[in-house]
Amino acid sequence: MAIMQFREAIRAAMIEEMERDERVFLIGEEVGQYDGAYKVSEGMLKRFGPKRVIDTPISEAGFAGLGIGAALNGLRPIVEFMTFNFSFVAFDQLVNNAAKIRYMSGGQFKIPIVFRGPNGAAGQLAATHSTSTESVYSYFPGLKVVAPSNPDDAKGLLKSAIRDDDPVIFLESELMYSMRGEVNEDPEYLIPLGKARIAREGEDVTIVAHSKSYWIALEVADRLAEEGYSAEVIDPRTIRPFDFDTVVQSIKKTNRCVIIDESNPFASVSSEVAFQVQQRAFDYLDAPVLRVTAKDTPAPYAKNLIEYYMPSADAAYEACKKVMYVD
Amino acid sequence: MASKTRKKQQATQVDQAAGQPNGQVVQLQVPSKPIHFEQTFETYPAGAYTHEELGLSREDLLAIYRNMLLQRRFEERAAQMYGKQKIAGFLHLYIGEEAVSTGAAWSIKIGHDSVITAYRDHGIALALGMTANECMAELFGKIDGCSRGKGGSMHFFKAEKKFFGGHGIVGGHVPLGVGIAFAHKYKEDGGVCLTFFGDGAMGQGTVHESMNLAALYKLPVVFIIENNQYAMGTAVWRAFANTEFYRYAANYNMPGALVDGMDVFSVMKALRKYVALAREYQPSVLEVRTYRYRGHSMSDPAKYRTKEELEAKKKEDPIIRLKSYMLQHGLSTNEELDAIDADVKKEVQASVEFAEKSPLPPLESIYEDVYAQPDYPFLA
Ligand SMILES: Cc1ncc(C[n+]2csc(CCOP(=O)(O)OP(=O)(O)O)c2C)c(N)n1
Ligand SMILES: [Mg+2]
Repeated sequence: MAIMQFREAIRAAMIEEMERDERVFLIGEEVGQYDGAYKVSEGMLKRFGPKRVIDTPISEAGFAGLGIGAALNGLRPIVEFMTFNFSFVAFDQLVNNAAKIRYMSGGQFKIPIVFRGPNGAAGQLAATHSTSTESVYSYFPGLKVVAPSNPDDAKGLLKSAIRDDDPVIFLESELMYSMRGEVNEDPEYLIPLGKARIAREGEDVTIVAHSKSYWIALEVADRLAEEGYSAEVIDPRTIRPFDFDTVVQSIKKTNRCVIIDESNPFASVSSEVAFQVQQRAFDYLDAPVLRVTAKDTPAPYAKNLIEYYMPSADAAYEACKKVMYVD
Repeated sequence: MASKTRKKQQATQVDQAAGQPNGQVVQLQVPSKPIHFEQTFETYPAGAYTHEELGLSREDLLAIYRNMLLQRRFEERAAQMYGKQKIAGFLHLYIGEEAVSTGAAWSIKIGHDSVITAYRDHGIALALGMTANECMAELFGKIDGCSRGKGGSMHFFKAEKKFFGGHGIVGGHVPLGVGIAFAHKYKEDGGVCLTFFGDGAMGQGTVHESMNLAALYKLPVVFIIENNQYAMGTAVWRAFANTEFYRYAANYNMPGALVDGMDVFSVMKALRKYVALAREYQPSVLEVRTYRYRGHSMSDPAKYRTKEELEAKKKEDPIIRLKSYMLQHGLSTNEELDAIDADVKKEVQASVEFAEKSPLPPLESIYEDVYAQPDYPFLA
């Protein structure tokens, strides 16, 4: 175990996998000479050279497609988006090519590629630079979507994503890059995709939250604990495929569920989780499933507005009290 | 495993990818005199080449003839089967353009070099040696189709031929061609990737991003613009400020050339040169001028062009051209060529029977090959 920043954990995963497998390479804007827009790939150009750490022009569709083509032809690319806001320029590459070529070719090709980079809001960056993309990408069969909440998960999941034979959208966060945590240093430490983590056990309410929202869930659980209620906090870690079983098992015990999700609310991760919960655990629910999400608007700039826009601990706390009928 | 020349080329990629060459100070300057560029683009006109200078034997010519004819007869039958509702969805015919696919396929090492194209893909598939059976079965949506009935007309694939599809989004596959070429270079396997697309795709940003990336990283790719003058009903001059597409090559510091796609010899002559260049990591752009005889797809009566225009182009037909060439040069006889036609028709007829008999894909197969992961938990 070592204490690492989130960005260092991601870097460690990439370095280990690149040393393990020559077919793995990193490509994206500013990943090489500049050491990464958020310093995730710091030192990697020096270590691996320009054959395997490749700076690109600002051509998201071009280099995302290049990665997919390279994956079709036997390599295992890691494509970094400076942020996932810019992945929309490459949307066709991700949703039509990465997600569908295996299917349309009748399984003749696999596409072992990871698209990674920061996702979601990061302060006052306004609407174009604050999109949470997990709901968008997890819509598409053929893609896998991972969104870790802490350095250890980031490392173990990214290593699994790189070794996975399917295309993986790997969502990080500017606001978490400097977060420190214990990280398993074993080069064979892999966390399987599609498995949730029960971060805290509890009896009274199940809180489901991934990525940054996970930390809100822990804060709420602490507040509830002070009042004598115990919340069970589940970090799904992978959004597609989603580990509904773990959530349903928990609800069988708590009979209540609150979802915290930084996505906009319509047709989002929280919508699907709520639907699946009612379908699979209807008889166990003592209250409607509630969710706390970003507002149903683009992300605003002004400090007070963006704070109001984001899912808050207060709102999540209220939601928990409400499903426990103690508000 | 790297040859010396490849090592050298790799070094160029280093400079390109890692910033200023040798760390020297680069200052942007504005010269005081007007700037004048000279640009030269090779041309490969029709009727300019002989089989001898291409090193083609009589047997080669017969095989080339047969292959072009196979594409023609296959698609004529496919059109009929579409009328009989055996084939559904979009069906885009390549008829008239066969010299491009055959000429290209005869200029690469099939199975070693890679090919990727858009949705008008039956011709190149058959040129690469995919069977009429597997192609017709795919059109019929049957399990023995080349994409197991999951792709249809627009999405043919064949891994063992290194045929990477068959793609339905105009311009969307062009970056993939660059990535396939990137992998050839990365693995140092000596392969090149032929990346075909239509004139219409020249309007897509991805094509221009791809050209820049290929030239920047010195990738073994040949961009082949199949300029058949129309994108659906839009003639090139209605869509492009500059319709001389080969000239875009110069913008990306690549060689460009203009090729007559109605003569298979011209296509081969050009392709051989630019495939060889690609093997030395010099990408290029070939504008191949060709023509589709049929409408854009089965529902298009092609009212945006005149009968005269079509008839004039049909006089340049690539199959008739090769036939006349062989007859003129005493390389074959009418009887022999007719026998080839009869044989091709038989093969195509057999493919229809094969497709008819092939089973529909089982319903469970809908969940197959979405993911490589065998136990993916699909939502019910
Ligand atoms: C991104 C996108 N926009 C529109 C279409 C619809 N469409 C299909 S083919 C086509 C024309 C393309 O023409 P061209 O690239 O010249 O190829 P050709 O059909 O002539 O072979 C259009 C507009 C599409 N498939 N993809
Ligand atoms: Mg066209």
